[in-house]
Amino acid sequence: MLRSASMPNSLLPIRINDLRLVKGNRAVLGGLDLVIEESGITVIMGPNGAGKSLLLRCLHGLITPDCGAITLGSLAVANSRDEQAMVFQHPVLLRRTVLQNLAFAAPEIAKSAPRHLVQALESVNLADRADQPARMLSGGEQQRLALARALLSKPALLILDEATASLDPASVLLIESLVKTQSAMGTKVILVSHDQGQARRLADEIVFISNGQVAEQSSAKQFFTTPQTPVAKAYLAGEILF
Amino acid sequence: MDALAEAFRLIFSLDADLFEILLLSIRVSLVALGISAVIGLPLGTYLAITKFPGRKFCTLLLNALMGMPPVVVGLMVYLLLSRSGPLGWMGLLYTPSAMIIAQVVLITPIIAALSNQVIENLYQEYSDTFYSMGVTGRRAILAYLVDARYALTTCILAGFGRAIAEVGAVIIVGGNIDHLTRVMTTAIALETSKGNLALALGLGAVLFVLSLLVNALVIGVREYAAKRQYA
Ligand SMILES: Nc1ncnc2c1ncn2[C@@H]1O[C@H](COP(=O)(O)OP(=O)(O)O)[C@@H](O)[C@H]1O
Ligand SMILES: [Mg+2]
Repeated sequence: MLRSASMPNSLLPIRINDLRLVKGNRAVLGGLDLVIEESGITVIMGPNGAGKSLLLRCLHGLITPDCGAITLGSLAVANSRDEQAMVFQHPVLLRRTVLQNLAFAAPEIAKSAPRHLVQALESVNLADRADQPARMLSGGEQQRLALARALLSKPALLILDEATASLDPASVLLIESLVKTQSAMGTKVILVSHDQGQARRLADEIVFISNGQVAEQSSAKQFFTTPQTPVAKAYLAGEILF
Repeated sequence: MDALAEAFRLIFSLDADLFEILLLSIRVSLVALGISAVIGLPLGTYLAITKFPGRKFCTLLLNALMGMPPVVVGLMVYLLLSRSGPLGWMGLLYTPSAMIIAQVVLITPIIAALSNQVIENLYQEYSDTFYSMGVTGRRAILAYLVDARYALTTCILAGFGRAIAEVGAVIIVGGNIDHLTRVMTTAIALETSKGNLALALGLGAVLFVLSLLVNALVIGVREYAAKRQYA
């Protein structure tokens, strides 16, 4: 199924209500409330340790919060997982070839339309590496493969957690461009980034998280010109080192 | 020194007795290894990736079984197979089958425990991604087995090394009967006690070469895997 921007996204709106998570004896998410209504790209920013990754992991169903509710469209997290895909900061690839990594993620496609897998490799500039061991690729290439793999399922929601941190610039730009294309095709994108340039290039909306709470949620334009909270101001000014 | 010369003569003249013993050794160990791998690999994998109460205890049990002296395993299997034992009616005592059973009991925990460790490490790495991709159950177990293939191969080779070198269990349940259950290690024990050092030394040399081969294979597999980042 092809998504298009005009089609309503089945996982929107995303409603997160009073999300609480205790690690050790510290509340790392302290009753976080967040509603994401719009399609497009939401960039989550915030200091290191603010709880961004944990929030994404709750959303993706990787961890169960101690308290709180999350709904995506009309679905609970557990029922939405088939329509979600996630790209992690450190790509985990199978000990197989590049092409086999895609085939493993999408066995039906591999059987019925293997050509699609090659096209997916072409989209991330890896077609000529199809038969190489995936873990021998460079960091940027590995992450591009991880993105291609995530997109095979045509997710309604794509989550990226610092997916381009410490990659080569060419890979960063390629990944950004694919993310934008995917968003234009109707996939909701939520990504965490520390890179203000990247946030400016991609974000329709910014969610600023601090201390396990949403400190600020606004359009990208407003966030970068007139941040509302002192903590966001300080972060943008580089006064909070992450 | 005469014994040593005679030992090499036995080996290089392809002495029938020596080779009968060698072949039986390899056959018993390979069959036992096959059975142990089929049981031990999925078991070790299952224990590594499934959370259930008592899982820690199972791992503990495996490791304890792994360290069990072979003579004790031999004794247990002997009691099981002896005429008055629960499986006595099968009449397997003092047959190659009895030796295979004893070796399976010995090696399965080794393969399960070693593979458990291997898969547990892989699980740390893969579990989030597999969960994200919706890979669960049998598909996940299979994927872990496939992706750990080189490390698991070395686990299996370790199992083979142990099986072929083992003497305590197979002598109890096999009885070291000439032309029937005499394997390399039991033959060495017997021939040495009889003072027939030539055959004992010949078999010892063969065992040493086998051990060299197994270890060379382990190193080869490791290097092949490392070169492809498949380790
Ligand atoms: N498994 C864990 N055990 C204890 N503390 C954790 C664990 N995972 C995360 N934390 C803590 O929770 C806080 C938020 O983590 P995280 O969401 O990863 O931050 P970030 O916003 O940088 O992504 C951090 O202070 C981190 O140390
Ligand atoms: Mg993080």
